[in-house]
Amino acid sequence: MTPILQIRDLQVSYYTDLGRATALNRVNLDLNPGEKLGLVGESGSGKSTMALAMMRMIKAPGRIESGSVTVGGVDLITLNDEEMRLARLSRIAYIPQGAMNSLNPVLRIGAQMVDAIKAHIPNMSQADMTEQCMQSLESVDLKRNVFQMYAHELSGGMKQRVCIAIGILLKPQVIIADEPTSALDVVTQRQVMETIDRVQKEMGAAVILIGHDMGLMAQFVDKVAVMYAGRLTEVSTVRDMFSKPMHPYAQALIKSLPNLSNKGVFQGIAGLAPSLLRIPNGCAFHPRCPQAMDVCKTTVPDVKEYEGNRLVACHLYTEGA
Amino acid sequence: MANLLEFRNVTKTYTRGYFAEAGTTALADFSMTLKEDEPTIMTVAGESGSGKTTLAMLLLGFIDPTKGEILYKGKNINKLRGDDRLNYRREVQAVFQDPFAVFNPFYTVDHLLTVPIEKFKLAKSKADARNKMEEALSSVGLRPEDILGRFPHQLSGGQRQRINVARALLLKPRVLVADEPVSMVDASLRANILESLRGLHRDHGVSIIYITHDLTTAYHVANSIVVLYKGGVMEAGDIDNVIQKPQHPYTRLLIDSIPWPDVDRRWGSDGMMVKESETTDKGGKGCRFAARCPHVKDSCLHIPPPLYRVGQTQVASCVLYDNNPVLPATQLTDVLPV
Repeated sequence: MTPILQIRDLQVSYYTDLGRATALNRVNLDLNPGEKLGLVGESGSGKSTMALAMMRMIKAPGRIESGSVTVGGVDLITLNDEEMRLARLSRIAYIPQGAMNSLNPVLRIGAQMVDAIKAHIPNMSQADMTEQCMQSLESVDLKRNVFQMYAHELSGGMKQRVCIAIGILLKPQVIIADEPTSALDVVTQRQVMETIDRVQKEMGAAVILIGHDMGLMAQFVDKVAVMYAGRLTEVSTVRDMFSKPMHPYAQALIKSLPNLSNKGVFQGIAGLAPSLLRIPNGCAFHPRCPQAMDVCKTTVPDVKEYEGNRLVACHLYTEGA
Repeated sequence: MANLLEFRNVTKTYTRGYFAEAGTTALADFSMTLKEDEPTIMTVAGESGSGKTTLAMLLLGFIDPTKGEILYKGKNINKLRGDDRLNYRREVQAVFQDPFAVFNPFYTVDHLLTVPIEKFKLAKSKADARNKMEEALSSVGLRPEDILGRFPHQLSGGQRQRINVARALLLKPRVLVADEPVSMVDASLRANILESLRGLHRDHGVSIIYITHDLTTAYHVANSIVVLYKGGVMEAGDIDNVIQKPQHPYTRLLIDSIPWPDVDRRWGSDGMMVKESETTDKGGKGCRFAARCPHVKDSCLHIPPPLYRVGQTQVASCVLYDNNPVLPATQLTDVLPV
């Protein structure tokens, strides 16, 4: 299968008063149609930057330095602004964090949805547009009358579903969901995630779910990519990731999870995430890594492929190889 | 045994002006006691709109109950004056959900610690105050030299939240209300903050009321749990029993919806799915959960079910258990272990 999304050597920097912060450092990633990938990491690890870079929505002082993002054979980075505008939503859609704040409070939901279609297909008839919006609302389990409502008339879960409905309006090939449920409680969270899951299956789109809730990842995704200080440290199937994580950071992350069998045991990860302005030499994780070796302090580990299509960037596994 | 804190049939109704129809009952006839010599960690769980934050606000005296009263060491907290009030303000502390909103961005973070020291005259001298601050910060795993003199924007969310815990520690409270203290911090820091809270309970004998919708963390820190739905107690008891053998359909739904970090325990295997309530039912009559309950019967719609005992340390407010003995709502604390 040819991947629907190919990210090659993507590098993003923010130029701040204190120096250049490399938020995304030579990231490579492939995603097949219908695949669900979870992108996890601490705050500041570059998850959201990666999403914004894929949408080409990085704002100054940030800049995409190099690399390519290919969706269905088209490199988004080389498109001009107008082509990119058309590609957003029709090729690649972004469901933002905090649905509460992303809808316009003074426009009806329907008007906002119609706006999105108009921007892409200006000569579609009004009736067709309305029908397409209604269908999109129905596919996320909302009633047709939501079309006439304002954002304040909806609950948090319903607003998040409206955002999903807008995201899938033009049947994109890649959907990026940035912590779509972080503001919702568990019951609503489950319903929203099941909605995304069903819609994704119907459309055959690839989904990137960004978040730090490993529980949600275990429930939802096929593959997990762990980010640390702007680099991918491990990409594995969800089962491998939870049963035998390879990278020490992934191991610590899995160990820090509370579950029913280890009541009362808390194992946080010692130390703090590094500032992107002062990323340690060598492997960025080495100051916090319990298994750090001398080579980790000097050399950045390359991403290598291991059994079961796992990608890991760690010196532990290259010894003797 | 003296009661430290007591909720007596507390009801809080939010009304919309004098002419509007019946308001929203955020907390209905809630009774609970915390004993003075038995510090505990109690979880109050529920979805948004279940009344858990109202409970916190009532307990902190920010809002007055519509009916009933809240007693602190035998005195109604809304009528405390003078020294009693100051004492209550010092001994009942809070850690809030959002570690970003509680700081004033114009002051260094020291401000959050020096104000209570001055207000409650905790230190004899400047040096003593400094020592106390450093001690409190170290005990939540922060290095004072990294923290003092910094501005809030220079610190991470986890650090800020731990400063809040340190502040609570500084005042040596008897009761700490923690309203979703970890919902805005990363998973890896969650463990550290929860550990600081547990240390506060273990080493300083502080009773903690842990308000959350996250039953996984609740299970790890708490001794007992009260599950609220639309202001009413649905299920309560020993946390191990409630989490492992939930009896009320609502608790089952909540527990079933937890995204367990375990690939072998996926959602929806037992297919108990309840529609998000699209109707804004007024509450009042009948069981509050009836509109979403898969086991709903006619009898549910008329009288709210009382708390039925479903075990030594567990009660559920559901007619499915109407053969079991009833526990009066005022004796809820009997089934909450410490």
